[in-house]
Amino acid sequence: MDLIWEGLKQAVSMLAHGDPELWRVTALTLRVSGVATLISVLVGVPIGIVLGLSRFPGRRILISVVNTGMGLPPVVVGLWVVLFLWRSGPLGSLGLVYTPTAIVIAQTIIATPVVAGLTLTGIGALDPKLFLQIRALGASRLQLYWLLLREARLAILAAVIAGFGSVVSEVGASNMVGGNLMGQTRVLTTAIMSEVSRAHYPLAIAISVVLLLLAYGVTLILTFIQQRERQP
Amino acid sequence: MSRLMRKRFGLFLSLLVLMAFVVGCGATQPVKPAEPAPAPAAQPAPPPAPPKPANPNLILATTTSTADTGLLDVLLPMFQAKTGYLVKPIAVGTGQALAMGEKGDADVLLVHAPADELKLVAKGAATGRVLVMHNDFIVVGPAEDPAKVKGLKSSKEAFQKIAAAKATFVTRGDDSGTNKKELAIWKDAGVKPEGAWYMNIGAGMGQALNVSSEKGGYTLTDRGTFLSMQKTLHVAIIVEGEPSLLNIYHVMQVNPAQFPKVNAEGAKAFSDFLLAKETQDFIGKFGVDKYGSPLFFPDGGKTDEQLMK
Repeated sequence: MDLIWEGLKQAVSMLAHGDPELWRVTALTLRVSGVATLISVLVGVPIGIVLGLSRFPGRRILISVVNTGMGLPPVVVGLWVVLFLWRSGPLGSLGLVYTPTAIVIAQTIIATPVVAGLTLTGIGALDPKLFLQIRALGASRLQLYWLLLREARLAILAAVIAGFGSVVSEVGASNMVGGNLMGQTRVLTTAIMSEVSRAHYPLAIAISVVLLLLAYGVTLILTFIQQRERQP
Repeated sequence: MSRLMRKRFGLFLSLLVLMAFVVGCGATQPVKPAEPAPAPAAQPAPPPAPPKPANPNLILATTTSTADTGLLDVLLPMFQAKTGYLVKPIAVGTGQALAMGEKGDADVLLVHAPADELKLVAKGAATGRVLVMHNDFIVVGPAEDPAKVKGLKSSKEAFQKIAAAKATFVTRGDDSGTNKKELAIWKDAGVKPEGAWYMNIGAGMGQALNVSSEKGGYTLTDRGTFLSMQKTLHVAIIVEGEPSLLNIYHVMQVNPAQFPKVNAEGAKAFSDFLLAKETQDFIGKFGVDKYGSPLFFPDGGKTDEQLMK
């Protein structure tokens, strides 16, 4: 109990005094997971819309692939990405291993199926009559997608929230492709891991509080934007 | 579609744009801890700008013990200030560190499994292997000592008794230097450790000590990691001081003749830095203020034979 109390006290003190290393790690976490989420939205939303609206052979197979991808274990992604990025790997000459970019790559792979899958569900939940109506009014295919995207925006924001949540909380991939380098690729989750293995428990507790606050803060902003629509 | 909805959708769009802007701005300023400029205010005067090597990125594959004790946290900034190299320390078990060297995925290795190191040198994957420092392995365990091994002078005998008593023993199981040493002792003791009492955790030294402490088990650890964590652990030293329990760290450079991508100059610079008198003196003092005794003993310039005497 002392330990938990001490950890919480340290968390408050670190937050109050703005520990520079903690801020750096937090900023990197926000940046890496933010970029990964953004890319996964740019890639995943169109995939979700196309899969949700088009009818073509193999569509169900693709949907099942996306749905499986929603539960892709981060550590598996980390392993495969690092195998490619190591100097001895096929992409070794890019020199990306143990850089923030490597973490962005891995996290994008983790988040894209989540975003695509939830977008797909959101599009699927729209009233099919709407679809017919828009077509009947003479909209082009692109205009149709655009309008349906507008209609499904609540679900798409939920997809963004889930995508961000899945990457900001993962540790396996970040650790493997980033290497948890202090001042270079250490993010909040890998910092917690390494502080625990050094028996710096209060510090680990403090970082965990920061991570929770960060995840909550970002989700809160997105939720406010999402729920604006719902206000009478 | 009403005007109101259009407005709301505009909000959604502007959020996306804002997000792109925020992360985009961030991305244009990669973290460069290397630069002395944004150093915390604690430093009284800006240090002289470090030299700028042609290829400043250096991958150091090393053991968890050098990282978990905090030694690297202090040594690497010193090295960077002196030479300008930005070291990426990959703290893994010695087994993986050696494998990274063998594939050319690292530039320089700081490891502690002499027999396997020599194999790597024999294959030509590593060169310039020199002694850096040592500490020693100790057997730690619960103070109640259920296997009644405390005070034994031989780790072999202690292991035999632990196995006979089926007392909990935690093994790293990660092919690290410590793990290799532990397995060698079991082999020497003529015991094949298996069963519920032999817990394989597949993790680093710090984690192994945490588990031993919580499960009331014995484990083999390097003294440095144990001392640095002692405050939070509920285990005590059970066997120590046996000459065969020396834990010896060597630095090796990955051979650029075999792997052209290796940063040979950086590896050489790091090796020279570890052996410099100033660094060696520092290693000898590291941890004394906090733990009352040094975590590592510097051995720069010595040969293995001199050390084993």
